[in-house]
Amino acid sequence: MAATRIVVPPRARKGQVVEIKTIINHPMETGFRHDNVGRPIPRNIITRFTCTYAGEQVFAMDLFTGVAANPFVAFTTVATETGDLVFEWTDQHGAVTREVVRLTVT
Amino acid sequence: MRGGRRLPLAAAGGLLLLALGAPLARGTEPPRGIPLSELRSGREFVSPETRDQQDDLAVNPGMLWVAQGEKLWHEPAGAGGRACASCHGEPGSLAGVAARYPRYDAALGRVLNLEARIRHCRSERQGADPLAYESQPLLALTALVAYQSRGAPLAVSIDGPARPAFEAGRSLYHERQGQLDLACADCHERFWGRRLRAERISQGHPNGFPAYRLEWQTLGSLHRRLRACFQGVRAEPFAAGSPELVSLELYLAWRAQGLPVETPAVRR
Repeated sequence: MAATRIVVPPRARKGQVVEIKTIINHPMETGFRHDNVGRPIPRNIITRFTCTYAGEQVFAMDLFTGVAANPFVAFTTVATETGDLVFEWTDQHGAVTREVVRLTVT
Repeated sequence: MRGGRRLPLAAAGGLLLLALGAPLARGTEPPRGIPLSELRSGREFVSPETRDQQDDLAVNPGMLWVAQGEKLWHEPAGAGGRACASCHGEPGSLAGVAARYPRYDAALGRVLNLEARIRHCRSERQGADPLAYESQPLLALTALVAYQSRGAPLAVSIDGPARPAFEAGRSLYHERQGQLDLACADCHERFWGRRLRAERISQGHPNGFPAYRLEWQTLGSLHRRLRACFQGVRAEPFAAGSPELVSLELYLAWRAQGLPVETPAVRR
């Protein structure tokens, strides 16, 4: 489980567009680099990031070696009902970092 | 030593003041390469996007380390099973402290920077392994403590027993080094604001460290940054945490007096 920071407005009006900001601590090692004695540093990246809102997927992206370390992703969605935003980052080995944040809609 | 020598020096400084009409606050105040009114934080030398990344704490990647530091702060370590929080309470109790570091420690008889202070606390107070310089936990704790002082103006003391370290740092700063035969002052005092290839040369202030450097793609200490500078002029870098770099850090902190702590800053 990597450390993450997620910013979601604590509450929103129905129909309002809300901005969601996420950042995860990850080296995103490309596999193209070598250490100080010339050994290749193995690739280690997150390959998939998804977000569901009240069970429905509202955002998804594939990540590749060109993405910098500690990927920051911001996106918007429309507040429809009070529900959980579930964030999942999946790395190349299949390990999943999962965070849940509740969005209250009034 | 100081008591005996200070008066004549101050008097001589006073005479000099009268003679030159120089705007020195005190006779013992060393000359400044960049006047206080012209100090500009490294923040002003980066792109607007990078500045935004630093200012918006939700986006600032350095906050990942601050959050990690907060976790470590409450984690018991060492023989006594004590955490930082056992003695200091909440991290907020150290607000403003980082702005006064590096600082002379009378018990140890030397100047300590923030990292050295935390390492000392770990080995002596907690009875735990001192964290290695530049290790993730030490960076996280240093970032956490410095973050408590975010916005506080740098105000280190160079008086009394801290003076020899300050003078050592000052002379290192002005000493030409390496195959390129450059002193820190050559770039950061004479040519700040000008271009060095694609980049604008900053004034070389330490107020944002530990800082997230985009080039490193991680948080790093001031000493890592200084070592990169030494390598840049093709000089043999001093070890991280060495007395030389701590002295230089003290000089840099004095030189940046009044600039706000920006930890965790985002830099190129």
